[in-house]
Amino acid sequence: MKKVLATGNDAVLRAALDAGAGMFCGYPITPSTEILAGWAKAASKNKNLVFVQTEDEAAAGFGAIGGILAGKKAWVATAGMGNVIMQDPLSLAEAMRIPIVVYIAQRGGPSTGTVIFSQQEVVLTRHGGNGEGLRIVYSPGNIQELYDYVFKAFNIAWKYYFPVFILSDGYLGKTLSEVTYHQGKSMPPHPIMLNEHRLAAGQHLNLRNCYSLEEELGEVLKKQIADWEKMSEKVTEHEEFYVKDADLLIFAHGSVSQAAKAAIMEARAKGLKVGLFRPLTLSPFPIKESRKIVKNIKKILTIEASLGQFSDIVKSAIFGATGALYFEFFKPAEGITPEEILEKIEEYL
Amino acid sequence: MNAAMPKCFKKESKPSKFCPGCGHSIVLKVLGQAIDDLGIQKKSFFSIDIGCSLLAWDFFDVDTIQTHHGRTVPVAWGFKRANNKAIVIAYTGDGGGYAIGLQNLIHASLRQENITVIAVNNTLYAMTGGQAAPTTMPHEITDSTPGGDFTLEKPFFGPEALLTVAEGTPYIARGSISNPLILKNYIKKAILHQQEGKGFSFVEALSTCPTNWKTDAKKSFEFLKEMEKTYKLGELKSA
Repeated sequence: MKKVLATGNDAVLRAALDAGAGMFCGYPITPSTEILAGWAKAASKNKNLVFVQTEDEAAAGFGAIGGILAGKKAWVATAGMGNVIMQDPLSLAEAMRIPIVVYIAQRGGPSTGTVIFSQQEVVLTRHGGNGEGLRIVYSPGNIQELYDYVFKAFNIAWKYYFPVFILSDGYLGKTLSEVTYHQGKSMPPHPIMLNEHRLAAGQHLNLRNCYSLEEELGEVLKKQIADWEKMSEKVTEHEEFYVKDADLLIFAHGSVSQAAKAAIMEARAKGLKVGLFRPLTLSPFPIKESRKIVKNIKKILTIEASLGQFSDIVKSAIFGATGALYFEFFKPAEGITPEEILEKIEEYL
Repeated sequence: MNAAMPKCFKKESKPSKFCPGCGHSIVLKVLGQAIDDLGIQKKSFFSIDIGCSLLAWDFFDVDTIQTHHGRTVPVAWGFKRANNKAIVIAYTGDGGGYAIGLQNLIHASLRQENITVIAVNNTLYAMTGGQAAPTTMPHEITDSTPGGDFTLEKPFFGPEALLTVAEGTPYIARGSISNPLILKNYIKKAILHQQEGKGFSFVEALSTCPTNWKTDAKKSFEFLKEMEKTYKLGELKSA
């Protein structure tokens, strides 16, 4: 256990190393480049760490998948259009249950957009492939959580064999903060292919993601969806903040949830009954928990730095569970301050 | 050619799913013989592209993964980087290798990734019904070059191109299913090159596609011979 002053990017790197990551493949893109450069530095000092700077994000993702098949805890980091390009390998990871860990530093979009902040990669990260989005997506809100959830991501990936994403942003990555490195227990990886035990038993593994018949793929998906649902209850996480007596309940995630907390503290000082429900897993979403909490709420306010990508998830989760009035505050690709949120709280309460 | 099935063939998946007259079966047979000869069945990782090559996903009793279009090469080097004792063989068609996956192929050769890539050149995208590939011959009729229109004046020469960019001392050769023994020899040499840690190795195999060429046995072989006039067979040496 060690308390240090670190940037979000440093905390992410440290968490991956503490979790036993052994391989990183990447392509530079702001604001996730520091992860790539930081891993390169670590790999130049430690020959056991594999580092490959690839020709594009697709190669990075597929290279990492190759490494995982061979038994390394391999991971990638990207942002914006890099996230778009990487959906090709990530779709394969989803189809073939590859335990890849993906750090996404959201930037403004569409296209090249801006380089530091947005919450516009929610849909892409949850549902980027041509499938059902069987991916775990964490949305940490501060530097400590970046460390905690990147560390956890490797364990969850290798336990359940679904791709795991940490949905962050450039502000979080570059923020300097106090953080405690408390390396916990990490799951050991093992080779998926050329696995010694299997080979010793005379078995060979032939894997595909292409099927001839609808029913064949249907069976595969049925099993995957059943595994996903069984796992969901165990991995779903959320935080409740001043919710007990709240008349107005805010839904927010990631860095915006931190601004919401600051606004709620100020509102509470003024006697305003407002609270926060904050999903830490955007996928699987805490549906049961959010439905329970909105039951007796009078008003709901969803706040995000995009045009409703998050709000759509909230609305679908709580559909029919409440008679509360529903308000939205969107600032696509722009930062949201506690002052702005306080203004909205005062307007709606 | 040895008529016996290679030992590493998965018997349950034979007869194979390839069309009658398809060259893939011959390329895979000599690859299987090479794997047997070198005794590497239990340490080989076979990574295949989509397109017709994906039909090889359960061809061998060898650990095999079927990936995405053009992406078999990065999966292959990713595996090798994580397990350098493995013999890693990537298998692709000319579309996957020279169109959508060319960037990955070139950079793998540039970084001297210690893997073996086998690219099967039948001058078109076969699985999707025979559209033009970078290897389509000038004025060749395909599904997307009707009447021979829209073809390149000069097709893409994979081994020759890689020779100009690959770093170090790569092993690069072009064989044909018209001479399986030589093709097998090239594949064995490529795998040995990898086994000795010498870096990138690449074999292109000229192959037949009677289904999309719409040719009978005789005409298929005649077209293969035409291809061999354009695509010179042999081991390519660095200048």
